[in-house]
Amino acid sequence: MGATLSTLSYLVASVLFILALRGLSHPETSRRGNTFGMIGMGIAILATLFHHGMDLGGIVLVIAGLAIGGTVGTVVARRIQMTALPQLVAAFHSLVGMAAVFVAAAAFYAPESFGIGTHGHIHGQSLVEMSLGLAIGAITFSGSVIAFAKLAGRMSGAPITFGGQHWLNLGLGLLLLVLIISFVATGNAALFWMIALLSFALGFLLIIPIGGADMPVVVSMLNSYSGWAAAGIGFTIGNLLLIITGALVGASGAILSYIMCKGMNRSIINVLLGGFGSESGAAAAGGGDADRPPVKAGSPEDAAFMMKNAQKIIVVPGYGMAVAQAQQVLREMGDLLKKEGVDIKYAIHPVAGRMPGHMNVLLAEANVPYDEVFELEEINPEFADADVAFVIGANDVTNPAAKTDKSSAIYGMPILDVERAKTVFFIKRGMASGYAGVENELFFRPNTMMLFGDAKKVTQEIVQALQR
Amino acid sequence: MNATELANQAQATAQRALELAAQARAAAEAVAPVAAAAEPFLYLLTIFLLACFVGYHVVWNVTPALHSPLMGVTNAISSVIVVGAILAAGTADGAAARIFGFIAVTLASVNIFGGFMVTRRMLAMFKKKGS
Repeated sequence: MGATLSTLSYLVASVLFILALRGLSHPETSRRGNTFGMIGMGIAILATLFHHGMDLGGIVLVIAGLAIGGTVGTVVARRIQMTALPQLVAAFHSLVGMAAVFVAAAAFYAPESFGIGTHGHIHGQSLVEMSLGLAIGAITFSGSVIAFAKLAGRMSGAPITFGGQHWLNLGLGLLLLVLIISFVATGNAALFWMIALLSFALGFLLIIPIGGADMPVVVSMLNSYSGWAAAGIGFTIGNLLLIITGALVGASGAILSYIMCKGMNRSIINVLLGGFGSESGAAAAGGGDADRPPVKAGSPEDAAFMMKNAQKIIVVPGYGMAVAQAQQVLREMGDLLKKEGVDIKYAIHPVAGRMPGHMNVLLAEANVPYDEVFELEEINPEFADADVAFVIGANDVTNPAAKTDKSSAIYGMPILDVERAKTVFFIKRGMASGYAGVENELFFRPNTMMLFGDAKKVTQEIVQALQR
Repeated sequence: MNATELANQAQATAQRALELAAQARAAAEAVAPVAAAAEPFLYLLTIFLLACFVGYHVVWNVTPALHSPLMGVTNAISSVIVVGAILAAGTADGAAARIFGFIAVTLASVNIFGGFMVTRRMLAMFKKKGS
């Protein structure tokens, strides 16, 4: 295929990718957008397969790779549970990172094929781009592996911190810089692999101090990195499609990280330095303050009775709902209440769940229509005229202390104004604090009724009471 | 301010503009050889920066409810790195580069198929009231 034709195909693919993202501005257009993305990818792969210099053996190799990878990807994507989505995305990010490492290695060992010089004599500028693509790819890989392990519960979600951690990371970062500079100067193969190894180590060390509930930021950030890695490789091999797509993905991940940080009122630096939430055990132990008003606990029957007679109910789901797999039974509860003429809405905090938009997907999976689900800014004014706020699996994002208590760790975080509802039902296993290690003031408010127990079990009991 | 003064000022301004233009030209001529050498890179960089802006504006338009599918799609399209992998597997000299290319094609394909498929599954679940 001629160079012009393949460049044109790459341009068409880039436009289709932009349209794929554009489609996500509304659920109605999103499915078409996704199809555009698939077509774009198909065009890109076909155009590359017809690239001049492709030999038969190579085409067989490529098709074998596509078939193996495609089968694995399809099977995994079909089987995965929606609650496990965050770890799946993290795992996928790691693959992009690793692919970037291998493409960089291929470009290093066969520079002629990419027109960046001859073996041992690669252009200096290409070496810079190559080492950046390599380093970012390797950091994306090992960082995503840790994020995956934390999200999937294969390792503790608690932050792992030790003395001098940040100094160690800084030192390794500087060492990486030195390695890259000497690699660019010499083009030495040993230095290439040392950059890879050091970047793997750095990716690992950067993510271990970050706690489980900060994973939405980490997953978004690694999403961004995978884009920058692709762009870096695009610069190395002079491919426009890689550069454009890498920039799109990089920008997308960066925006999502920003939105998540704003949702917690924390800076990205603060999240990345980690250690947040490690003091939760201590704070929980001191929870039984004597001068606190007593907590009111209720039964599912009481809740069912009050909700049946309500006019407007706002449900606030959180990660706890996903852990308990309570979304189906929650929707059943909503259906029964709707039959009683109750107006039901769902309120989603930006950082609810373990990845951006996770709660929306879980509710959609449980057949909750998306026009009953609202974002924080849309729904907050409505709590004042709601009869019931039903908090299931959320905690910190409902804590009024974020608005009033300047000493609180979560002060300034935007929260859902559940305390303005006439009655608040709060499903919780026990009195322990949330992720931020802060006690929730809401529990002690006179209009709050605690429903102690597992989210799914309590909701089931409410459903049974409603059916009677 | 009378007419003569105004004319004098205008003349001075015109003179200054001419000088600046000459300076700009000299600067451009001085930079030209450097720019010619760096041209392919500058061209790529221009496209990269413009694509960042496009990404920025398109992504801010994505509704928060679809942020998970957004991650799914960006995940799938970032595996466009498969293009580099295919070139390595199919055209490179030397077994090492081909094997690296093959591994990269396989890894990226998991992502392409998995990413688009899981996004499709997610999006299929988003339904309106009554549908």
